[in-house]
Amino acid sequence: MDHSGISVLFEGTNFQRLLGGLWVTVRIAAVALIIGLILGVILGVLRTFKNRPLRIILRLYLEFFRVVPTVVLLFLFYYILPREMNFNLPGDQLATLVFALWVAAEMSDIVRGALISVPQHQKESGKAIGLNRYQLYRYVLIPQAISLEIPATINLATRVIKTTSLLLLISVMDVINIGQQIIEANNHTHPTGVFWVYGLIFLFYFLIDYPLSWWAKRLEKKRLERANG
Amino acid sequence: MAEQILQVEHLEKYYQKKHVLHDINFHVDKGEVVTLLGPSGSGKSTLIRCLNGLEAYQQGTITFEGKKIEPTEKNWQQIRQKIGMVFQSYDLFPNLTVMDNILLGPTKVQKQDKFAAKKEGLDLLARVGLEDYANAYPRQLSGGQKQRVAIVRALALHPDFMLFDEVTASLDPEMVRGILNIIQDLADVDHMTMIVVTHEMNFAQQIADRVIFLEDGHILEQTPSKQFFSAPQTKRAQEFLDSMDF
Ligand SMILES: Nc1ncnc2c1ncn2[C@@H]1O[C@H](COP(=O)(O)OP(=O)(O)OP(=O)(O)O)[C@@H](O)[C@H]1O
Ligand SMILES: [Mg+2]
Repeated sequence: MDHSGISVLFEGTNFQRLLGGLWVTVRIAAVALIIGLILGVILGVLRTFKNRPLRIILRLYLEFFRVVPTVVLLFLFYYILPREMNFNLPGDQLATLVFALWVAAEMSDIVRGALISVPQHQKESGKAIGLNRYQLYRYVLIPQAISLEIPATINLATRVIKTTSLLLLISVMDVINIGQQIIEANNHTHPTGVFWVYGLIFLFYFLIDYPLSWWAKRLEKKRLERANG
Repeated sequence: MAEQILQVEHLEKYYQKKHVLHDINFHVDKGEVVTLLGPSGSGKSTLIRCLNGLEAYQQGTITFEGKKIEPTEKNWQQIRQKIGMVFQSYDLFPNLTVMDNILLGPTKVQKQDKFAAKKEGLDLLARVGLEDYANAYPRQLSGGQKQRVAIVRALALHPDFMLFDEVTASLDPEMVRGILNIIQDLADVDHMTMIVVTHEMNFAQQIADRVIFLEDGHILEQTPSKQFFSAPQTKRAQEFLDSMDF
């Protein structure tokens, strides 16, 4: 056999296509994270307000996105909603939307948890200098909550990136889908290509996720050191 | 007769079912220093927290600078700029530098000019001996230093009235004197009107014009300081003084 498996990666435009797929993956994850984080902070702040109906609705929203598996959400939005509600979006935008709503739900819980763990004294000394509610959140509570929540947020980001592997199921041309196509097209000439393609995809995911989780761990450790010291 | 700055009439306070302040009546004159004394749990903190709206009260009226306070959060936001408060815990905002802690109220709440407010902030820091710490973060300060910054932060709003709730109680003994001197200085030099809750009896005796003695949520006596410390009117106050050993 004159084709060793690894060469499948570099034949024709294969490598570029894989990188292109990676870019789709990263873009969906990044845009979903940005939108989801902003929305999640807003929802998290609202969940600390006294208004009961509002809190219940937001809690249900969180539980829905937490309980329903992401695959089911993707199918729901991709196959079922378009038919029932005449709501059509290309797969990648739809995936971005679903992921953003999911991130917002998870993030609202992280933000709420961080906000209520800011000591009561902080709130009172903010009030004591005349801050109104908006100013209290803007200058005192949210900045302190953010430093508490960064590790959890980074961990959420790594979960989102990993979960993009499901995009294949709704026909988005992400890195896994493209890898699959390359494997199938070269199956005859490069029977061992599957290991190399998936090996490379593994490496891609690892290179993105590992630094993130390392960073999260380091921040958490620093925060604990600071809290104790 | 001196001008009254604060009047409290028939104030009643409950925590759920628990009745913690009973028919509280007193006033404070402009420039007067009142110390609020009483055993632990007598309601001192609760009372002064009512005076700047950090606790709701169920009955009674508080009149500040001639105006009866409508106890809505919005009104309190206005009044808190006039009534500064310093707490026992050093509760600077850890996410902000010393200077930003001080500037938050003046620039965001009162919309003072930032440059002028900063200059004044530096002057106030110099006054408490912390001019070199404007850019430090609270975690880099000792407890006593934090508490000084907390005092400066309150003063930066130009309050007419200050409330101090056991501001030296969590400090190391060697830090206490410095803080007390600052408060003494505010009374002597600025003629600041204030209510001081403290367990430091020598300090109370030194600074107070008048003592309000609280027990179980009742004001048992309001006596000029000299008289209170030499011959209090009530047996309970005498017992309290005897127990304090100073
Ligand atoms: N948030 C609260 N909920 C319920 N009860 C409270 C609360 N805060 C204080 N109390 C009760 O109200 C009473 C008065 O408490 P307060 O803290 O005002 O006393 P204090 O005179 O300041 O005491 P100390 O000298 O220990 O600071 C106490 O019986 C206390 O247990
Ligand atoms: Mg107290």
